[in-house]
Amino acid sequence: MQKMLGNKKAYWIFVFPALVIYLVMAFVPIAMSGYYSTMQWDGIGAKIFIGMENYINLLKNDAFLTSARNSLILAVASIVGQLIPALFFALVLARNIRGEKVYRTIYFIPVLLSTVVIGQLFLKIYNPDYGALNAILKSFGWQGQDWLGDKRFVLAASFFPIVWQYIGYHMLILYTGIKSVPAEIYEAAQIDGANERQMAFHVTIPLIKSTMKVSLTFAVIGSLKLFDLIWVLTKGGPLHASEVPSTLMYNSIFTRMEYGAGSAMAIFIVLECFIFYFLIEKFFQVENMTY
Amino acid sequence: MNKIKLTKVLLHILLIAFAIVQIYPLLFLAFFSLKDNNEIYSGNVMGIPREFHWSNYQNALFNANVGHYLLNSILVTAIVIMISDILACMVSYAIARMRVNANRFIKPFFSIGLMIPLHAVLLPVFIMLRNLKMLDTYQAIIVPYIAFALPMAIFFMIGFFQVLPLELEESAFLDGCGIFRTFFSIVLPLVKPALATISIFTFLSTWNEMMFAITFINSEKYRTLTVGIMQMVGQYTTDWGTMGAGLVVATLPTVVIYLLFSNQVQSGMVAGAVKG
Repeated sequence: MQKMLGNKKAYWIFVFPALVIYLVMAFVPIAMSGYYSTMQWDGIGAKIFIGMENYINLLKNDAFLTSARNSLILAVASIVGQLIPALFFALVLARNIRGEKVYRTIYFIPVLLSTVVIGQLFLKIYNPDYGALNAILKSFGWQGQDWLGDKRFVLAASFFPIVWQYIGYHMLILYTGIKSVPAEIYEAAQIDGANERQMAFHVTIPLIKSTMKVSLTFAVIGSLKLFDLIWVLTKGGPLHASEVPSTLMYNSIFTRMEYGAGSAMAIFIVLECFIFYFLIEKFFQVENMTY
Repeated sequence: MNKIKLTKVLLHILLIAFAIVQIYPLLFLAFFSLKDNNEIYSGNVMGIPREFHWSNYQNALFNANVGHYLLNSILVTAIVIMISDILACMVSYAIARMRVNANRFIKPFFSIGLMIPLHAVLLPVFIMLRNLKMLDTYQAIIVPYIAFALPMAIFFMIGFFQVLPLELEESAFLDGCGIFRTFFSIVLPLVKPALATISIFTFLSTWNEMMFAITFINSEKYRTLTVGIMQMVGQYTTDWGTMGAGLVVATLPTVVIYLLFSNQVQSGMVAGAVKG
């Protein structure tokens, strides 16, 4: 037994193929991104080492600052718009309400859809001439708007689908967390005369803090990384009004051929994600519950 | 008692309202995929089609080539799932079961991968593929997809191996089975349920991935659904029905798999979240 499971050669045969793919496709590229970010480079000519200049320029770049601000707005919108309804519906569904499984199944459907599909769908919903949203407004006698073409509306209009899409995901995460609380705890609370609301606030929510932290982390990191939906809906426009760091990065690299500056943005996104990850870990320290 | 009943009714109304919010955009899609432009432009944007124009589907599948993109997506996703499943199994078996010093750094090494966003590697991988003349091939997306499916799959499988009893392997070793034979004929069949979970997870992320796909793939021949649909937009912007039919075709496989295996899909996605 020991001999079998201590077999170094077998170990490396098991690990090697995955390790190679992973190194070449994930680890080496990150190092390369870091390296490119210190260069001035258009992808074809010679690379010129410019140290931290790409990063310094980011801070002077209005479009970049807007994009960073937008991603933070989205993070807040996701926390408010996803986690609160998700928690509410999770609490309701976990109480063995009739139709629990049907609701759960339906709420989760948007999560499965490709962002390309959701984006295209919302392009049709927001269409200024024939879209569903303006059709509804007009039926109430209100005026339709160019939702994605107007600087005043574009941010809200392009963030709505992303917030909408993942409510069901967070609901399911929280629901699973709630379901793992043993029934005896509720029975005890019930015997003590707690009503549904008291049970939710004083029993369930304190017990699922670690699950809530997972949801929070996902909502925040997901917002900071967002690319697909904005790319499909607006590509960051009009006039950078709906820009997020990753769309700006994509444009810098593949439209303006600023490989160095684009790489600096990529590194910025990675660092931002790590920083927020650790901030959430630090400020929401919860012990792992064992029942 | 009546008050309790009333809150129950209100609660159900709320639940149904939210269900409609979640499902209506899909219905809207299904509806307009069957309409022609006359109907949309004359005001029936949201409702049930007056006439069912199935020809939109024919148009999308054959003229707009969505059928071809669908086959590409199936091919790419199937290969990614198969390879990443087997690789993830091997690595996590080694990490969870074997007592080798290298484990100390191999395990954290793969778990860091859970945190790496695709953005961070986009340009370097693009340059790498360009230098290898591999842009615009199936491999151009298959290999990176495998790499990024691995951390999640490994993480999940390690958890599974840790609670899997050792006895069967022990007796296999005692009977003189080598480690590879034991792995392939004893262990692999035992981990099928876990494989189903990670396959679903990998399926969803691969099927829906966009950033790599639109960057690494261009020509008609290799386009997957996400790229194909992005390209279709320019040509079919004004043809709502065909566009809608294309979107339905892109969505149908995921929805069918979900309706067939909704419990596994849900637990798979949550396992990914809670453990990651």
